[in-house]
Amino acid sequence: MRIADTGLDLRPLAGAVPAAVATVDEAQWSAITERFAQAGTRLVALWGSDRRDLAEGFVVHAAYAAADGLACVCLRGTGDPPSYPDVSSRFPAAARMQRALFDLLGVCAQGAEDQRPWLRHGAWPADFFPLRRDADGARAFDIEQERYDFVTVAGDGVHEIPVGPIHAGIIEPGHFRFSIVGEKVLRLEQRLGYVHKGIDKRFEGTAIDEAHRLAGRVSGDSTVAYAWAYAMAAESIAGCEIAPRAAWLRALLLERERVANHLGDLGALGNDAALAFGLAQFSRLRELWLRANAEVFGHRLLMDRIVPGGVAIDPDAGALARLGRQCDDIEGEVRTLRAIYDEHAGLQDRFQTTGIVTPELAARLGLTGLAGRASGQAHDLRVDFPCAPYDQLNVERAGDVRGDVAARVAVRFAEIFESLRLIRAIVQQIPAGETRGKISGSSAAGFGIGWVEGWRGDVLVALEADGSGRVRRCHCHDPSWQNWPLLEHAVLGNIVPDFPLINKSFNLSYSGQDL
Amino acid sequence: MLFLGRQILKVGLCTEKAPEPNDDWRIDGGRIQGQILRLLGRALTIRQVDAGSCNGCELEIHALNNPYYNLEGRGIRFVASPRHADMLLVTGPVASNMKIAVQRAYEATPDPKLVVAVGDCGCTGGIFGESYASCGRVANVVPVDVAIPGCPPPPLEILRGILCAITERRP
Repeated sequence: MRIADTGLDLRPLAGAVPAAVATVDEAQWSAITERFAQAGTRLVALWGSDRRDLAEGFVVHAAYAAADGLACVCLRGTGDPPSYPDVSSRFPAAARMQRALFDLLGVCAQGAEDQRPWLRHGAWPADFFPLRRDADGARAFDIEQERYDFVTVAGDGVHEIPVGPIHAGIIEPGHFRFSIVGEKVLRLEQRLGYVHKGIDKRFEGTAIDEAHRLAGRVSGDSTVAYAWAYAMAAESIAGCEIAPRAAWLRALLLERERVANHLGDLGALGNDAALAFGLAQFSRLRELWLRANAEVFGHRLLMDRIVPGGVAIDPDAGALARLGRQCDDIEGEVRTLRAIYDEHAGLQDRFQTTGIVTPELAARLGLTGLAGRASGQAHDLRVDFPCAPYDQLNVERAGDVRGDVAARVAVRFAEIFESLRLIRAIVQQIPAGETRGKISGSSAAGFGIGWVEGWRGDVLVALEADGSGRVRRCHCHDPSWQNWPLLEHAVLGNIVPDFPLINKSFNLSYSGQDL
Repeated sequence: MLFLGRQILKVGLCTEKAPEPNDDWRIDGGRIQGQILRLLGRALTIRQVDAGSCNGCELEIHALNNPYYNLEGRGIRFVASPRHADMLLVTGPVASNMKIAVQRAYEATPDPKLVVAVGDCGCTGGIFGESYASCGRVANVVPVDVAIPGCPPPPLEILRGILCAITERRP
């Protein structure tokens, strides 16, 4: 469905990605939810904001990926407590976003089946809503041990394995409750939110031209994607375009981030299937890759290299040529390793038919990003809505329909080779010129969207500026919101020892969804 | 199998030299006697705890296991339970939702135990600071021996911090 077909008065936003925004009433909200669901449109994000001081009450925003861009609909919540019509019955991915929205803002989804808290664990009282503008975010409360009603599975021989929040490895915290019989998983229920550190509240009042640092720390492994999406949103509000060279350098950084993460994951996936050789080899390549980042860009993970108005780095021709040559070296090594992975019977036995998400289920529940592409969901912003320089690079979208661990491994390999091709093209074709401009009119009030295909999936930043050069509200959306619930499905019928492998094949962000 | 062996031989050994400890990062130098440190230093087990990080520090801690830093080759290894650990390596500001879990992990670690806070957030609360959702620096929740600055600190600096915690202060 195209934006024009919605029948809504969607006002286009300036900026690098096509996006439009409309304020709707309750009837329109329900109607458009239904129409988007019937058209198979993807829900990208759902969040809320407190606009009572502007006499607009509480506003709930839902962003959908229409065929020709992002359609963002905004509804004023009504009643006491303020509420809005449930979206999760049509878009299951909305369920946790709605629960989080209530925890932070106290605006509830009428008729939603699951009303349990999501981000609030007992660290703040049930009547404290941190994102209300009159709530004091600096206030600390006594922390209470929470009681959370997990869904229980009954039956002969069924028992539970509770895992976490602290996991047995170098991983972020979260709780997994397995209901199993023998070794077989009957049900997995996730309880996340442990690393909620109040990022949305922290954004409030931060200077527009400094908040990219915070956006770049929503999920450290996707720092480039977040910083770019944030910068895109800020530039959309200011109505300014960045210099061509800056756009090319941003793409260079984003593709380097993608390769770094895929290299790390491929090694870890080999290791989780008992091929320690894979971890040693890929982690070595990743280290070489990160060292080149440090040499050329001054930071191994590329944090704070993208700033509103451009980029903070400008490598010379020699450095760019070196990055191009590194692609040749790494490509040769990765091809050797892929041949070893493909021919390793033990590895393939663990990868294939493990943790399947069928394309039908992926479409119904909204699986996105890399995991989505491994389950037949052909979305990639670099292909669907290519901003500069992707409009000149003809990105080839990777894909698979098997939906198992092997498919997610195959997509990673394919994306590494494509990103290496892109990096070589970028270092050859990059235009000369400025890399950093002032964002003129940074004191403009307004609303802007940034939407970037990070390595895990599409990252969205919705930014509202207050008119004095500061952030009024900033919401960062991680694709992990959509994909975590699918992991609960992917493990069904698998054995417990395969869970780490399946989990790693998704490699979702805790910090990105806990905020 | 032939290709696998050939790749191993082709790559060879790439482990690099360990860094010197940095005394400036010590917070509570005298907590553990030197004699015990010498024992721990030869076979140290670490339980990593993410108390609320953005996962950037985890990426760099992971890198410690790559062949360049070869942590296990130095007798240092990550373990799955705090009950098996000599040291807690804690990242992030301590998210309020993680406070109880971090305290329990600390209590579950047998004495004598070391705590190393990793990254600007672990040192000071970093960009997230203290709020309704964040208790700030790790030392606000459990005693800390060494705090390693950086956002995130590169693996070499994390290794330096770990070595700093298991060696005596230089005279």
